[in-house]
Amino acid sequence: MPYLNAFLFGGFLCAIAQLLIDFTKMTPARILVLYVSAGVILTFLGLYNPLVEIFGAGATVPLTGFGNALANGVIKGIGEKGLLGVISGGLTACAAGISAAIFFGYLFALIFSSKEK
Amino acid sequence: MQHFSKKEYQKQVSKQEKSPWIKNLIWAYCVGGAICVLGQGILTYAKQMGLPKEDAGCVTSITLIFLSGLLTGLGVLDKIAKHAGAGTIVPITGFANAIVSPAMEFKNEGFILGVGAKMFVIAGPVIVYGICSSVIGGLIYYLITGGRL
Repeated sequence: MPYLNAFLFGGFLCAIAQLLIDFTKMTPARILVLYVSAGVILTFLGLYNPLVEIFGAGATVPLTGFGNALANGVIKGIGEKGLLGVISGGLTACAAGISAAIFFGYLFALIFSSKEK
Repeated sequence: MQHFSKKEYQKQVSKQEKSPWIKNLIWAYCVGGAICVLGQGILTYAKQMGLPKEDAGCVTSITLIFLSGLLTGLGVLDKIAKHAGAGTIVPITGFANAIVSPAMEFKNEGFILGVGAKMFVIAGPVIVYGICSSVIGGLIYYLITGGRL
């Protein structure tokens, strides 16, 4: 059942983005920014964590999940360090993802070359 | 003859483009859903290996980012993305793709201002808006809950 839930909700989030691309001509960069910010806001409103409970990776793998991790990190940071946690909590929680993206991004850019042009 | 075939061609094209959005929608839903299922598989496996919930989430992200970067480098992801659209953009795979793709493309501009700078063309705004909104949200949360200094 967790696999079906992940498929249904993850696919749903992608389908909404596809509709935005087709009908509003939004660029992928704007979609990604919109999704991250939406994930952050929904998490602070207390709406996103229940979705993670139900849909698992269907809610955490899409970019809204990145926003969710940032916001959860900030909330956790506030609990542990007070005001300092507002600043430090987000990246602490997302350190692995961002470091991995930058390192592997750099590594694969070194190994491979663009096929177009 | 040529004129006719051109007309036929346009007819064919317009027939194909009549409702591309439905086709795009189905593609995006299925591919995006499939990537999340893959993520769920990694997450479940990581939890079974005894990792705590948060670490299992990190391992899932790292694995998907690695795979997406590799497939981007091999040129496979772009082929899937051509059909899948938002299905490959919205999952974390799209974030990794947005880093690797421009980094490869601008390699000829050097390793500092080419690879080093251009890898953040799309990832940069995502991180900027993600962090700024989380700090603003955090401040409001802090004030409302009356957290300690």
